[in-house]
Amino acid sequence: MNAAPSALRRLLLAGSLLGVCFGACGAHAAFAAESLLHKQAPEFVRRDLNHKKLDLNAFRGKVVLLNFWATWCAPCQFEMPRFVAWQSRYGPRGLQVIGISMDDDPALVRKLYEKLRVNYPIAMGDEKMGELYGGVLGLPVTYLIDMNGEVRAEYRGEMDLNTIEMQMKLLLPHP
Amino acid sequence: MRFCLIRRSGTVAVLAMLFIVHSYSLAQIPDSAAPPESALSIPNAQLLQPEELNRLLQTGDSDKPLVLQIGSHVLYAESHIQGAEYAGPGSQPAGLQQLQQRVASLSRQTFIVLYCGCCPWNRCPNVGPAFWQLHDLGFTRVKVLYIADNLGADWVNKGYPVEHGR
Repeated sequence: MNAAPSALRRLLLAGSLLGVCFGACGAHAAFAAESLLHKQAPEFVRRDLNHKKLDLNAFRGKVVLLNFWATWCAPCQFEMPRFVAWQSRYGPRGLQVIGISMDDDPALVRKLYEKLRVNYPIAMGDEKMGELYGGVLGLPVTYLIDMNGEVRAEYRGEMDLNTIEMQMKLLLPHP
Repeated sequence: MRFCLIRRSGTVAVLAMLFIVHSYSLAQIPDSAAPPESALSIPNAQLLQPEELNRLLQTGDSDKPLVLQIGSHVLYAESHIQGAEYAGPGSQPAGLQQLQQRVASLSRQTFIVLYCGCCPWNRCPNVGPAFWQLHDLGFTRVKVLYIADNLGADWVNKGYPVEHGR
C-alpha cells in the first residue's frame, strides 16, 4: 500500500474535522423562535422617529430589509452603517431598509440615528412588535421580505453581512 | 519522509484543536483586567448556568434566589424568567439607581441572581455594572446567570419557565 496517499488522506481528514469544528465553534446559537420563513410578513403600522406613518404594506413592490436593533447592542451598531450604505446603493433598485428599535428610550435612538446619519425610517418597537415577529429575544434580528411581502430570509444574531447582501441582491430586480 | 509528513499533519491537527479549545474557553474565563462594565470582569465563581438556575427555581427550597433582570425593559416585557423582577438597565445610571432602590431594604446575605440576555455574553453592557454595584453595596451572595448568546437561545429555547408583561 502506498503510504503517501495514506498520509494525504490523514491530512485531509484532519483538515475537514478542523473545518467542521471551526464551523461549529463559530456558529451562532439561534433562538428557535416561531419562524416566519416563507410566510407573509406580519403587517404593522407605526410612527417613525420623524412622526411619519410607517406602514409595511406601503412597501409592497419593494424588497424590505427589516432590522430589529437597539442602541445597547454592539453588533447592531456594527451593522447599521452597512445598512445605510445599502440603502444608498440599492435603494434605486427597489430596496427599502426599515429599522425597529427595541430601546426603552427614544431619545437615545434619535441620538444614534443622527450620529450615524441613518437614511431609512426607524420606528420604536415594543414587546408586541417582538411577539408579532416570532419573538425577538436577542439582537440583532433581520428579515428579508420580497416584493410580494413574503419573508425570504431571517437572520438571528450576529451575521456575515456579505451573506445578507448576496441574498438581498438575488431578490432585487436586475439593474 | 513519510513519517515526517504524518507526524507534521498530526501535530498541526492537535495544535489547531488546542487553539479552538483555548479560544472557546477564553470566552468564559473572567478577565481581571477587563473594565467593570464588561461581563468578562465577573469572576467565574459568581456565574450560574441556566440549568442550575432552572433547578433552583423548580425546587421548593426556601433559599430560592431573588432573580432580577437588569437589561432591556422591552425584552423583559416580551419574555422574562418566571418570577424575575425588572431592575435595570445596568448600563445606565438610572438603571443602577433602580437596582439600588430595589435591594436597599434587603439583607446583605440575600441570594440574588442577576441576568440580562440581550446579546452574547462578551457583548452585554448590563451585567458587569449591575454585578459590581451589588458587590460594592456589600451583597455577598450575588450570582450572574451566564447567558452565552441570548435569553431566547439559552433559556426559552430550552423550555425553562418564562412569563410575559411589564
